[in-house]
Amino acid sequence: MLKNPELSPEALRDTQAYRDWGLTDAEYQLLTDEVLGRLPNYTEAGLFSGMWSEHCSYKNSKPVLKKFWTQGEQVLEGPGEGAGIIDIGDGQAVVFKAESHNHPSAVEPYEGAATGVGGIIRDIFSMGARPIALLDSLRFGEPDDTHTKYLISQVVAGIGGYGNCIGIPTIGGDTVFDASYQKNPLVNAMCVGILDQADIQKGQATGIGNSVIYVGAKTGRDGINGASFASAEFNDAKASQRSAVQVGDPFMEKLLMEACLEVIRDHRDVLIGIQDMGAAGLVSSSAEMASKAGSGLELNLDLVPQRESGMTPFELMLSESQERMLLCVKAGAEDEIYAVFEKYGLDAVTIGKVTAGHQYQLFHHQELVADVPVDALATKAPVYQREKKRPTRLNKQSHHQFMPRLVDATGTLKKMLQQPTIASKKAIFETYDSQVQTNTVVKPGSDAGVIRIRHTDKALAVTTDVNGRYLYLNPRVGGEIAVAEAARNIVASGGLPLGITDCLNYGNPEKPEQFYDLDESAQGIARACQLFNTPVISGNVSLNNESNGEAIYPTPMIGMVGLIKHQRDITTQDFKHAGDAVYVLGNTGADFNGSEIQKMLTGKISGELFDFDLVTENQNQRLLLRAIQKGLVASAHDVSEGGLITTIAESCFGQGFGVKLTSDLPSMNFFAETQSRFVISVTPDKQAAFANLMEPYATYLGTTTADDRLFIQTADQAFDIKVSFAQRLWEGALPCLLK
Amino acid sequence: MIFAVPVFPGSNCDHDMVNALRDVLHAQAELVPATTSDLSTYDAVILPGGFSYGDYLRSGAIARFAPVMTAVQAFAAAGKPVMGICNGFQILTEAGLLPGALQANRSAKFICQTSELIVRNTQTQFTTTYTENQHIQLPIAHGEGNYYCDAATLAELQAHHQIVFEYADNPNGSVANIAGIINRAGNVLGMMPHPERAVEAILGSIDGLGLFNSLLTNQGQEVTHA
Repeated sequence: MLKNPELSPEALRDTQAYRDWGLTDAEYQLLTDEVLGRLPNYTEAGLFSGMWSEHCSYKNSKPVLKKFWTQGEQVLEGPGEGAGIIDIGDGQAVVFKAESHNHPSAVEPYEGAATGVGGIIRDIFSMGARPIALLDSLRFGEPDDTHTKYLISQVVAGIGGYGNCIGIPTIGGDTVFDASYQKNPLVNAMCVGILDQADIQKGQATGIGNSVIYVGAKTGRDGINGASFASAEFNDAKASQRSAVQVGDPFMEKLLMEACLEVIRDHRDVLIGIQDMGAAGLVSSSAEMASKAGSGLELNLDLVPQRESGMTPFELMLSESQERMLLCVKAGAEDEIYAVFEKYGLDAVTIGKVTAGHQYQLFHHQELVADVPVDALATKAPVYQREKKRPTRLNKQSHHQFMPRLVDATGTLKKMLQQPTIASKKAIFETYDSQVQTNTVVKPGSDAGVIRIRHTDKALAVTTDVNGRYLYLNPRVGGEIAVAEAARNIVASGGLPLGITDCLNYGNPEKPEQFYDLDESAQGIARACQLFNTPVISGNVSLNNESNGEAIYPTPMIGMVGLIKHQRDITTQDFKHAGDAVYVLGNTGADFNGSEIQKMLTGKISGELFDFDLVTENQNQRLLLRAIQKGLVASAHDVSEGGLITTIAESCFGQGFGVKLTSDLPSMNFFAETQSRFVISVTPDKQAAFANLMEPYATYLGTTTADDRLFIQTADQAFDIKVSFAQRLWEGALPCLLK
Repeated sequence: MIFAVPVFPGSNCDHDMVNALRDVLHAQAELVPATTSDLSTYDAVILPGGFSYGDYLRSGAIARFAPVMTAVQAFAAAGKPVMGICNGFQILTEAGLLPGALQANRSAKFICQTSELIVRNTQTQFTTTYTENQHIQLPIAHGEGNYYCDAATLAELQAHHQIVFEYADNPNGSVANIAGIINRAGNVLGMMPHPERAVEAILGSIDGLGLFNSLLTNQGQEVTHA
């Protein structure tokens, strides 16, 4: 066995080895002078490096997160617990959260993505909810180099490998390709759960003498100090960081989930609290449970189930081995809890107890190896108000809108349908089980996935969205649009937006220009959330998404959940019959900066972002929802990347109907990305009532047809293409690019 | 008729099956743990989909050793109906109750989609409510659904009309487009597609109802196995 390589407190101070764990000199000083009043030992410094990492403490983003709107009468549990909870009536509630696994996925894409899914699932069932849906928001570089193709195939395989096995349907998400993400892909996973409000759990450890029980997989040396790793900036020299990535076992998690839900359902009288061991593993879960409850805690590390021999306290506390949970259980009731886990063949071991006072004490081989104030770990991380400076790229922007010159409208459409970001993502989502649990009404590939709630008339619509290009051109407005588009997806499905979760993916906050992006976009998100009445109930922050000094586009992924009160209101994007009237709701402008067509024609995006008005957006969304609830709408599809023409084409593809439309807009405007629009089809018997309700906001374009032909006469040209041919291009593009 | 749905550690379509049987078909159905050693009080057994024991090693390879499989063997030997869906089909082949094996899909990827099937044998107790060569839509969701058997076995299957379902557009590389087969005795059916996912119009298809309705209709009756 190796000799314990730990440095003495003095050596740690003198060598500044704590820097390797992400602790700064100032933070080490704070720890020494103010928190402990002495030098921390190796284990203690390690505990703080994990707990004071951005991932666990939000030390850089707290001032920004405070700007979010988290209220709302529907909120039962806001940010702070494992996941947020929203009331959906009838004593039921929906629980959801998203989490990023960007850095692990960059170095070990299969396991990085898989454990991202596993982690977010634990957050949901730790609240007492049964997970009912998964979504994944992915960002990759252009799929034209072999490394990016490798990342895509492994990330997708990792997501499927975990979600398919555990039996939670993956019903949505979004995938976007842009050179900005080439070396720093984004893998954001969202999980949605449902529960009876009586079952709501908290991650807390109260009651002196009550037991702290460790359940699930054994602890190994995987993912040691992963939270600090995830919070650091990437560079080529750090490519050896692979060992900080964990390995997932979805089978183990399936057993763990069923056992935990059984304890929550059948042993609620003795269960005090339950929490997932996620980032910073055992220290984070135990310290947070004690701190939230105002308790002290004592753990005997010799009792922790271990997969490897000779593990040090530092390793045991900071390991991010997967599929582990921590329970606080009434003293004397341990055996009934053990019995449940034994049935599933899982370890369940009492490793400590709640103590009087507020100290966090760890024992190892009969020695006290850490003795620190529990609140210092969980809540006293320094908070940094970072410097903010408007980026040069924004100051240099052209005020003119890009104007695409279209020589051949149909030819441009063909090319557009094959852009990786626009093309069908079927090749990806067909590798995910989207139907297990038999509640999936609207499958992936739609504006939002829809899950019915069994034994009720309700359904939930869920979506993820953000367009980083818009944020790159205008972080504040781009943040507003991210929320607006998510809400548009929900409304197009017939749902009322209820709330959001987010993954804030940005560059290094210590760079004032990067912090500007974070702060400005948070304000945009906050304003939109308030207007749409969609509070932020959970989320995570992923900073330092840079490689070799270059930041990704600011990418605050918005995950939104909406409530469909009656299942008859569930609406999909496909045209349903020939002879239906086709409308576009909302005005179309010459809005091209940041658009897919600007990128397609010029190779990049540039210029000042087009105008956007949240009030118009909200009004159009409400109008559509009213029309759906009145039963007037046959199909609805939100207009986003690729513009009106792409939206119309996608509505044709679903069931193979054609269209014959006329517009006084020039062809190029069919590619504009003006916000706040929907393409809607209406059966002839409902047309008068629909037109009456929508006057003057919706424009009649023509009708759907039984012909295999998309025909649109514009002011200057015509789009004219076989629907089946266009669909082949759209569906064939990604499989071809990924070969 | 009381259905037993064995639950192996890692099964994940067990509740879906019970929900379909109870909520839609108003039949009696019970989840039984993999440790059960006696199924004699039941009238039919359905092995559900999922990833039994994580499907580590090979799909169904560990599940076949679970105590409940001894009971399933006895149940099948007594001539009572046994159906295996997806992972359940894989387990039945591993247990030797059905011939052949399920390999990784030709694409080497998991596939979740709606597949068009052709009902090739309606003279079984599982399929009498379908019509010969009827095209039906059932969801598939598997990574290892590529049915393989050697030429002699295939000839046997064909000679005895044991191929019950074929894919219209073979999604996974299965020999002879095989999606589901039955044993010689006509009481053990295995299929990769998920009929329990196709019993409610709101979820996209009700073509799976035929299997359950056939079983319920034919209960206790002799179906001449052609």
